[in-house]
Amino acid sequence: MSEPRLIEISPVTRVEGHGKVTIHLDADGAVDEARLHIVEFRGFERFIRGRLLWEVPVIVQRLCGICPVSHHLAAAKAMDMIVGVDELPPTAEKMRRLMHYGQVMQSHVLHFFHLASPDLLFGFQAPAAKRNIFEVLAEHPELGRRAILMRKFGQDVIEATAGKKIHGTGAIPGGINRNLPVETRDALLEQIDDMELWAQNGLALIRDYTMKNLDMVKGFAAFASSYMSLVREGDGALDLYHGNLRAVNSDGSAIFDQLDYERYHEVLVEDVRSWSYMKFPFIDTLGPKDGWYRVGPLARMNTVDFIDTPLADAARTELLETNHGMPQHAVLGNHWARLIEVLHCVEKIRDLLHDPDLQGTDLVATGTRRHDGIGVIEAPRGNLIHHYEVDENDQVTYCNLIVSTTHNNEGLNRAVKAVAVRALSHQPTITEGMLNEVEVAIRAYDPCLSCATHALGQMPLKVEIVDAAGNVIHQRTRDA
Amino acid sequence: MSDFSFMIDGVEIPACEGQTILEAADAAGIYIPRLCDHEGLRHQGSCRVCTVKANGRSVAACTQPAAPDILVENENAHINKLRRDLVEMLFHEGNHLCPICEASGNCELQAMAYRLDMTEPTQFPYLEPCRALDASHPDIALDTNRCISCGRCIRASQDVDGKGVFGYVGRGIHRRVSVNGDTLADTDAEVTDFAISSEVCPVGCIIRKREGFTTPIGEREFDKALIGHDIEEKRDD
Repeated sequence: MSEPRLIEISPVTRVEGHGKVTIHLDADGAVDEARLHIVEFRGFERFIRGRLLWEVPVIVQRLCGICPVSHHLAAAKAMDMIVGVDELPPTAEKMRRLMHYGQVMQSHVLHFFHLASPDLLFGFQAPAAKRNIFEVLAEHPELGRRAILMRKFGQDVIEATAGKKIHGTGAIPGGINRNLPVETRDALLEQIDDMELWAQNGLALIRDYTMKNLDMVKGFAAFASSYMSLVREGDGALDLYHGNLRAVNSDGSAIFDQLDYERYHEVLVEDVRSWSYMKFPFIDTLGPKDGWYRVGPLARMNTVDFIDTPLADAARTELLETNHGMPQHAVLGNHWARLIEVLHCVEKIRDLLHDPDLQGTDLVATGTRRHDGIGVIEAPRGNLIHHYEVDENDQVTYCNLIVSTTHNNEGLNRAVKAVAVRALSHQPTITEGMLNEVEVAIRAYDPCLSCATHALGQMPLKVEIVDAAGNVIHQRTRDA
Repeated sequence: MSDFSFMIDGVEIPACEGQTILEAADAAGIYIPRLCDHEGLRHQGSCRVCTVKANGRSVAACTQPAAPDILVENENAHINKLRRDLVEMLFHEGNHLCPICEASGNCELQAMAYRLDMTEPTQFPYLEPCRALDASHPDIALDTNRCISCGRCIRASQDVDGKGVFGYVGRGIHRRVSVNGDTLADTDAEVTDFAISSEVCPVGCIIRKREGFTTPIGEREFDKALIGHDIEEKRDD
């Protein structure tokens, strides 16, 4: 190599949203810098200002078509606070939980089977034409069929609770606008045994893959980090809908624990960098250099004390045993964790469907108006924070959103660099398969770039190689 | 008891002296699309969505008196195209973002677009008005970006509530509905006024605070049937 180079991967594929990767190679062909850029801008935080408080859960869920329920519920929780409701009627809380478990289940199933499984089933270096859900359906028809039906089940749960599979209206400030009719409940219960079995089968698939390739998995874009999630108040169990904040160091020791999420801004700070629309949050006490952390399914496995559903809890124990009971840092471990959560959601949905509170008629609580509202939830991709201020006319005056992928920004960039260093340094030619390895690392986080950046538009990724002077010397771009 | 009859699309319609074409059609179970007209309010004839051909001449069915032996054309491709163009222009004039509007499912403009097979964005460029939302009143808000200037609230407030909270300002394309004060809080509007009730504003402009999205999807007025179904159900074929 005599000249420095820039590789650009654009767009990044099989992720939600619009991003590109740039990889800077020095004159010796070694990777100097590698970055994931979020190149779109949306501006929800700005244009929600002036809107009325009960519109907010419906408007902000339009951030995303994959997990709108997460935004819908995080905003609804914030609006609960604004309307002075600290405790929802049981029917309302359980309907929202049911909606959320349906959402997490369908989003994880979509990601694992439709987006990520082609890499695992056919190999990172398989031809691009092979790495898609249609090839999965052709070669593993039963697996593909189950993936589609599992996603449908999750969406049916969402429809039963929100009125529509995507962008419904179930949660309203202080409660919910419907209960669950017995006929709908029974139709869902008829399928629940299949869902549990298929979730277990999917879990076995990724567990066996990981165990068979443990050295590769542990070495692929793996690095220690801190983790953060909600945990259930009191016992520290996994709770995707509500709880307190816990952050742990790479050895599992607490940085902060059982922190009321209304105090998130006391512990988290957001850094801005010129080359991305996505912010870089960090834990204030540790500073911008060391305070970064990760969120998401694997982070949750690392932060919680246990899972309160037996099958998922046993699976979590098995996952952590791969690192002697300590936090697991391998980024590909996210896939395993994701399937554990699918099983957890199915177990939770089964429990809720047997709960007569879902047929209750007390749907909305009222209280004394407040100025501030903060809603935090564990979305499929990780911790999600919505913060609003509303004036005496019911109009939003302030909005701050910290979405899961934003929490993972530093981790994503480090993963990109780790793979780039290993796969691209000192290579005379850059192949498509090498670039896909970079994407595999990004994909493991299941990033939602649209949410993170608030981007309008399609979903692409791009890789660039830049020389030391900043000139683009090599670029690979794929259309969305 | 009828005084005479006339024909709509080949169907004989009984009518009384003083009835408009639309009133006689309603009574006979024939739906003529309309937006600015509302039962119980005086007719205005401004939106022209109720345009029919009476003996070959375009008239507003809500204001045109029924007359013996006239031949009225209501449902045909030409007239519905005309109506669809009118509805599209209403969409083009305002910010009708159905996905996030609390009137969605109960909105007559949206329902009319469905009935008239408006299946894509308007053929006209959007005007994208940018009017501040008036949320000054403790129980009512106004998002006039959604107003279609039908004037139903004006007539309801003046004729039924006896108040005059609303009125038109401006002329021509700049004419729009305004409140009788700097803001809604400066008027004597109350949430119990007929003008503020859910049946008067056909869109999501007049907002009764804290009601939005409380009706589940599936139970909203137009979730199960097209606009006009209540009138058409009266017809005994």
